Amino acid sequence: MARKGKHKRVPKRLPRRRLRDALIGYALLLPSIAVFGVFVFYPFAKDIQLPFYEQPESFGAIHRTARYVGWTQWRSVFTSSEFRNTLLVTLRFTVLTVPAGIALGLLLAVVAHQKMRGITVFRTVFSSTVATSVAVASLIFFSLVNPVTGLWRVRVGGVSLLESPRWALISVAAVTIWQSLGLSFIVMSAGLQTIPDDLLEAARVDGATPRRVFWQITLPLLTPTLFFAFVVGSISSFQAFAQVDLLTSGGPLNKTRTLTYDIFDAAINKGDQNRAAASAIGLFVIVLVLTIVQLRLERRVRYVR
Amino acid sequence: MGRVAFTHVSKRFGDTVAVDDLTLQIADAEFFVLLGPSGCGKSTALRMVAGLEDPSDGLIEIGDRVVNRIEPKDRDVAMVFQSYALYPHLTVRRNIEFPLRTRDVDRKTRKELVGKAADALGLGTLLDRKPAQLSGGQRQRVALARAIVRRPAVFLMDEPLSNLDAQLRVQTRSELVSLQRDLETTVLYVTHDQVEAMTMGHRIAVMSNGVLQQVGVPQEVYDKPASRFVAQFIGTPPMNVFRVENRTDLVGVRPEDLTIDPDGPWPATVFLVESLGHERHVHCHTPSGDDVVVRQAGMTVSPEAGAEVHLNAAAGAVHHFDAETGLRNDGA
Repeated sequence: MARKGKHKRVPKRLPRRRLRDALIGYALLLPSIAVFGVFVFYPFAKDIQLPFYEQPESFGAIHRTARYVGWTQWRSVFTSSEFRNTLLVTLRFTVLTVPAGIALGLLLAVVAHQKMRGITVFRTVFSSTVATSVAVASLIFFSLVNPVTGLWRVRVGGVSLLESPRWALISVAAVTIWQSLGLSFIVMSAGLQTIPDDLLEAARVDGATPRRVFWQITLPLLTPTLFFAFVVGSISSFQAFAQVDLLTSGGPLNKTRTLTYDIFDAAINKGDQNRAAASAIGLFVIVLVLTIVQLRLERRVRYVR
Repeated sequence: MGRVAFTHVSKRFGDTVAVDDLTLQIADAEFFVLLGPSGCGKSTALRMVAGLEDPSDGLIEIGDRVVNRIEPKDRDVAMVFQSYALYPHLTVRRNIEFPLRTRDVDRKTRKELVGKAADALGLGTLLDRKPAQLSGGQRQRVALARAIVRRPAVFLMDEPLSNLDAQLRVQTRSELVSLQRDLETTVLYVTHDQVEAMTMGHRIAVMSNGVLQQVGVPQEVYDKPASRFVAQFIGTPPMNVFRVENRTDLVGVRPEDLTIDPDGPWPATVFLVESLGHERHVHCHTPSGDDVVVRQAGMTVSPEAGAEVHLNAAAGAVHHFDAETGLRNDGA
């Protein structure tokens, strides 16, 4: 009887139970909503709002309220030669770091993929830079090329590497490549391991030289990995900051002023958060596009066995 | 031409001996089967011919050349892998063409040879597909076409049928045999399937634990197994090997040669009768504690489980094996 009664009451109770379930659900979500809200959603919304207001003139005028300027500031930021310069520097930095990083990582991975005595030692060495942070890598390089005390006091045109407008970005790129080489090596090694041995063996029996096996079998089958490394590498190079801040602070002559460093410089050093916010949205859009490209194309370059 | 010879070949991986002192001659244009359970060293032997493994000891010859130090690409062999090892990023055409491209065969000849190989295996309509778009049987054919396109001196086949379903396997078996007959090329074929070995091989070599057990034409190996291992590896159900009173060695009788006969010399107790429709398997315990199977025609009246029977076999059908070494003992 009790059971029957319960059954009858179920439809009546349903809305109330639903409400209770929903409340419990939201309660359980609350901690993460709160964390995301404070550190992601609110800043993001604020970031979109900020460029619509102009920072008041300085000279102790911080108490003055920001003035609404509509799209004017967006336009002025994105059409400025400074923004174009930072974008160009960032692109140059990406071109310098990403392909070279992938190529070197692949080279090491191919070397370490051989069946040789003691190869695990090399694998450990090759992947060791993963344990180094960008900051540490930058500091090591900084002391290495220190014009007074460094072990490697290279001077070009009378100045040190990091002071040379021509070599500064290349130097920062070199440090970045070195620091990310461990990760690149690991990603490429993982990619190589997904290629079945019998395909490579078949190619050898079919008459292919090691070079041909690499170019015609290994490399095409590695496309998904290369693509992944390319997109992830590009995103991280667009976000590169610590090495620029520590090594050159964007100089000399803004030759190493990357987008992320410029945002930091505008917001923190110059106190113009409104301009910085517009640049940050620009960066966000670029990374978003890269991510979408990656997600869209990833499946197309994957070979089904 | 396509002769293959192993001379005292051994292969060790660390402490494991995969192939132990193998000496074997395979004649030109022979369909030779290496048979044995997994881990017996047959695939390693094949891979040494391909050049994918280096022998630890001994010589391997293809034709008149010692090939120990010759790269796989220069050995003039083609291999069909168990997984088929098709290049997934290339079309069927490019897959078949691959061994020609690596040897810089000109475009016109390539086209002609690919067409021939594709026709021989009925792949004409599939040339522009990628391997992922093919069925298992079609992939297997592409692998075969890639192997035959160049007319190598030796074909090496590593369990090429084991990924096919049973029906397709039977069909492909006979196709492979006629393909080999047409091409008149040496085939070294590795399998763990004794039916494949019996039906396809001109000669078969049975291996166990890296050691060659016996070489011979299939019927000879079946009729006169050199050891207890060979006797029980070939034939379904396997040969009965049991102890009998007043003998130190082991007696071996194939299930089809064993009869239930009241005057037979060997007493036994029936414990199970299985009917397969066309035949019956009568399972018995012998007094020595061994289990034996009697294979009977389907229409025979079989004893019930629990019956006490006597077993018999014609003198010519009784084999003897040494109890210690398992080797054939014809002197007794």
